[in-house]
Amino acid sequence: MTATFLRRLYFTVVALFLSAPLIVVAGVSVNARQELTFPPKGFSLAWYGQIFTDPEWRLALIHSVTLAVCSAAIAVAIALPLAWFLWRRIAPWANIFQVLGLAPFILPPVITALGFLSFWATVGLFGHFFTAIISHAIFFVTLPLVTLSLGFASIDRSLVEAAATMGADDRTVLKTVVLPLILPYLVSGYAFAFVLSLNEYIVAYMTIGFTTETLPIKIFNALRYGYTPTMASVSVFFVAVAALVFGSIAKFGDIRRLLGAMSSDGN
Amino acid sequence: MRREAPKSLADYTPLLFPGLMLVVFFVVPFSTMIAVSFFKRNPSGFYTPDFVIDNYARFLTAFFGGVLGFSLLLAVLVAVCCVAIAFPFTYLLTKRPRRVQTLWLVGLLSVLSLSEVIIGFAWSTLFSQTAGITNLFVAIGLMDKPVALLPTFGAVLAGMVYQALPYTILVLYPALVRLDPTLLEAARTLGASPVRAFFNVVTPALRNTIVATLIMVFVFALGSYLLPQILGRPRHWTLSVLITDQAIYQSNMPFAAAMAVFLVLISLALVGLTLLVGRKENAL
Repeated sequence: MTATFLRRLYFTVVALFLSAPLIVVAGVSVNARQELTFPPKGFSLAWYGQIFTDPEWRLALIHSVTLAVCSAAIAVAIALPLAWFLWRRIAPWANIFQVLGLAPFILPPVITALGFLSFWATVGLFGHFFTAIISHAIFFVTLPLVTLSLGFASIDRSLVEAAATMGADDRTVLKTVVLPLILPYLVSGYAFAFVLSLNEYIVAYMTIGFTTETLPIKIFNALRYGYTPTMASVSVFFVAVAALVFGSIAKFGDIRRLLGAMSSDGN
Repeated sequence: MRREAPKSLADYTPLLFPGLMLVVFFVVPFSTMIAVSFFKRNPSGFYTPDFVIDNYARFLTAFFGGVLGFSLLLAVLVAVCCVAIAFPFTYLLTKRPRRVQTLWLVGLLSVLSLSEVIIGFAWSTLFSQTAGITNLFVAIGLMDKPVALLPTFGAVLAGMVYQALPYTILVLYPALVRLDPTLLEAARTLGASPVRAFFNVVTPALRNTIVATLIMVFVFALGSYLLPQILGRPRHWTLSVLITDQAIYQSNMPFAAAMAVFLVLISLALVGLTLLVGRKENAL
């Protein structure tokens, strides 16, 4: 009885710690006037409208979404053939590409960001929007690579063998057996890369920060010049998008498996 | 279709695009950064190609030593706090029904994916005078009037623990979820209370996992580049903040690059250590 109570208390404290800053931000975002007070004075959803009606915030939103949509797609395009090759072939030296795919995510982000800054500055393309797309694609390639490797590992090889015995060639097997099986992992990998790219600040800032504003860059710039409640509403918007995406992955896939539960007995 | 070695050159074609992208846009930028760390500063542009070791010589100053010491200390503190909170929590979480676990995982992922900008802004609001937590303390009579709790060291620490806690839980989750349940059953059968079983059986069994997680969270915390800047004073700046500051605001790319190379070496050494610890665990 006391054990249950203590466990509930512990869970509640952790939940409070994780949600307290977000609750305050959500409260601040509905203030009627442009002030930073909590509990909010009055109620207004005008600051949420601002994200879409204020030209500067809307432009930042468009930049962020474009960046996330394109970079996640490129990240998947890099990860898919690589993960397929590593699953299909025995080529130990090819594992170096896997290490390269994991490295940008493990190293402190400042390092990757500075690498991109030096690179784009050296080749003279510094500040172009597409440089941020490529940089994010490389930075987040780890996520689809990990989910797709998990997906390939979960494929029952006898299915593939059966198809091959029936006369299917590599291409047919890939199209009719392998791709349908790994589709959920492909979608999750894309979704992870998309959400993280949407939120990413330092790589975007070091590549296009001087010419273009994405939402995180805009929030940070706004933070330095004082406070506007739109920053709070954008933050709530971000939390909602992340919760929606990860919630859908949990609903349509197995998020526990993606996060490492059961992967040892999965095949 | 078994795994087989590539027979012809054509079998390598799937590697072409990923390999090209990773080499051109990761290996080359990384090498460029190392090269830049030996270049000379050019205040009007980015840098002038050269070969000097001045950028590395600056590491020997007391100022840099102070920043490095503070960064390492802060990262250690964050790692210890996170693992101390996360380990019992994750253990209890894996004992809950699947639905509860899924719900928590979705919430943790959502917090983990949040931009450092948003985390910094949220905590600066929570610790502010006008909208902060002290207003709550005033309301329940604990304090006389609301105060600002930042910029302070405590604010930096709270923000960074907040940022790293979901990461810590998600790193620990696979190991704890796959923990052999018979271990615990045996302890219980022999009369150990749940708390005793946790400290005397579960914790020692996962000793290496705990060490590996501490190192991973340490590297993660080293990477925090905005929170010390938003929530702390300049003396709370870490190596990551200093790198950003030198690269962007002081336009001293070579020095920033040299510090980045140094940070890579520290991180790589620690990641290597994690792999070593992990290997030992698997061998047992």
